[in-house]
Amino acid sequence: MRLILLHSYIKTLNPEFIHSHLFTKNSVILTEAKQLGMAEREETEKKKEAESFSIWDLPDVPQKLPPHIEFQRTRVQCNLDAPIHTENVMYSGAYASMGVDNSLQLDHFCNNFRVEVIRLTKDDMEFDLIGIDAAIANAFRRILIAELPTMAIEKVLIANNTSVIQDEVLAHRLGLIPIIVDPRLFEYMSENDTSNEKNTIVFKLHVLCERGGPRLTVKTNELKWLPNGSELPLETKPDSNPSSKPRTYTSFSSSQDLLPEFSNNPIRPMLDITIARLGPGQEIELEAHAVKGIGKTHAKWSPVATAWYRMLPEIVLLEDVEDEDAEKLVKTCPVNVFDIEDIGSGKKRATVARPRACTLCRECLRCGEEWEKRVSIRRVKDHFIFTIESTGALSPETLFTEAVKILEDKCERVITELS
Amino acid sequence: MEHGAFGDQSNATFSLTEEDHTLANAVRCTLNQDPRVTFCGYSIPHPSDARVNIRVQTTGDPAREVLKDSCQELMLMCRHVRSTFAKAVDDFRTSEKVQAMKIDSKE
Repeated sequence: MRLILLHSYIKTLNPEFIHSHLFTKNSVILTEAKQLGMAEREETEKKKEAESFSIWDLPDVPQKLPPHIEFQRTRVQCNLDAPIHTENVMYSGAYASMGVDNSLQLDHFCNNFRVEVIRLTKDDMEFDLIGIDAAIANAFRRILIAELPTMAIEKVLIANNTSVIQDEVLAHRLGLIPIIVDPRLFEYMSENDTSNEKNTIVFKLHVLCERGGPRLTVKTNELKWLPNGSELPLETKPDSNPSSKPRTYTSFSSSQDLLPEFSNNPIRPMLDITIARLGPGQEIELEAHAVKGIGKTHAKWSPVATAWYRMLPEIVLLEDVEDEDAEKLVKTCPVNVFDIEDIGSGKKRATVARPRACTLCRECLRCGEEWEKRVSIRRVKDHFIFTIESTGALSPETLFTEAVKILEDKCERVITELS
Repeated sequence: MEHGAFGDQSNATFSLTEEDHTLANAVRCTLNQDPRVTFCGYSIPHPSDARVNIRVQTTGDPAREVLKDSCQELMLMCRHVRSTFAKAVDDFRTSEKVQAMKIDSKE
C-alpha cells in the first residue's frame, strides 16, 4: 500500500525533478549539456526516460527483511546462558517501516504448509508440521490431550471384594484402563440419561483365588464384555410385577454385539494390564460401566499417552572445525549430532550430520569460550516435530484428523454465534 | 457475548464460554495477522470459570466482522492442514509398501 502511494506521488511530480534527484550522476552530465547549448533535444529524451521510469526498478525498495531481522523472526538462537529471539512476531504491521507485510495470507499459508510423516505405527506416530504458527500447533496438541473423546470406566458396581486393594483404589485403577473401541460410535451420557446400548459399555470381572493355590495376578484379560448390559438386578419393590424381566442397572433395548461394528470385533480393554493381585481365598466380583468423556474432565478419557511437539533443531558451524577440534566436538556431543569428514591431505573436518537428534544440552558450547563463536544452535520457529502416542482406542493419524476437526468446529461455533 | 460495542463498533470484547487457551490463542494469532486489527489480546478472568475474553480493536471495521473473518480464516487453515495431513499419511503408506516390496524381491 505504502509503495503504491509513493509511486503515484512521484508520477505527479515534475519528471525532471525526480530524474535529477534519483540519477544524480546523469543530471550532472545533463546540466553540463544544457550549458553547452544542446538543451532542446536532450530535454525531450530526458522526459521520455522519466516517463518509462518505474520505482519498482529501484534497488533499495525492500522486498524482504534484512537478514538479521529475518533471522530473529524465524529462529530461536540457543545461547549457553539462555535462548534469545524466543518471541513470535504476529502483528501484521510489525515490519511496515521496512516495507514488509507481516499479515497472514491464506494462499501463502496453503502454498507453504507441508506435512512430512517420519514414523507411523499402530499406536505411535511422528510427523513434521512445517510452516504453521506455534499457536495453532499448540491448539492441536491441547485438543489431542484434553478434548478428544474416548470411552473409560466411570462406574464400578462392586458385589464382592475381599482383596487387599480397597474398593475406591480398585475403581480408580479400572478407570485408567484404555478401552479399545471407536468412541465415535457412542453418545455422551448426560446426568439424567439412563444407561443404554448407545452410551454405555458394561464389563464384568469375577475372579477367585483358590485356597491352597499360589497367589493370582488379575489382568485386564479377565474383564468380560457384556453386550446385553448389566446383569446385576436393581432392588425392586416386592409388589411390582414378578413376571416381568428383573430390571438391572442398565436398560439396553438391544444387544451391542448385533451391531455390525462389534459383531466381528468385540469390545475389549487393553490386554495384559495388572488390575490387582489376590491371595488364596480372596475374591473380586464387580461390574464396570464405561461411558464417553473427554480428557478435560478426567485424564482417563485422554486418547493419547502423550502428544507433544518440539521445534526443529538447526546447528551451524560458523567456522571450519578441523582435526583435534573436530574430534573433540564429536566426542562432546552425547547424541552424536556431529560427524567427521576427510577433506584430503590427512585433514579432518567436523560436519553436522544429525541435527534432529539435538536435545539442546549445549554440551558443545561448554567446551570453552571460543566454542560459542564456532557453533550456533538454533530452533526453526515454524517447523514442529509432532509426536502422538495413542493409548489404543484410535490410530494416531485418526486422532490428529479428529483434533483438527474439533478446532474447526470451535471456529464454526464462534462464527454462528456472531452472525 | 459482545461487550462494549454499542457506540463504537470497531472496539469490542467478546466473551466466549466453554472455551480456553486452545481456541483463544489460535484466534489471537490469526487476528493479529489481520491488517485491520490494531490491537488484539485475550484473558481468562478466572481459572475456574470456563470463559475467555477476547479483545479486538480495529482501524474502523466492525470488530465483530473482523473476528468472524479470523475464525473463518482459521477454519480454512485447519481444513488445509487436514487435507495435507491425509495426503502425507497416504504417501507415507504407499512408499512404505513399495519399500517392503523391494526388500522382498531382494530376498
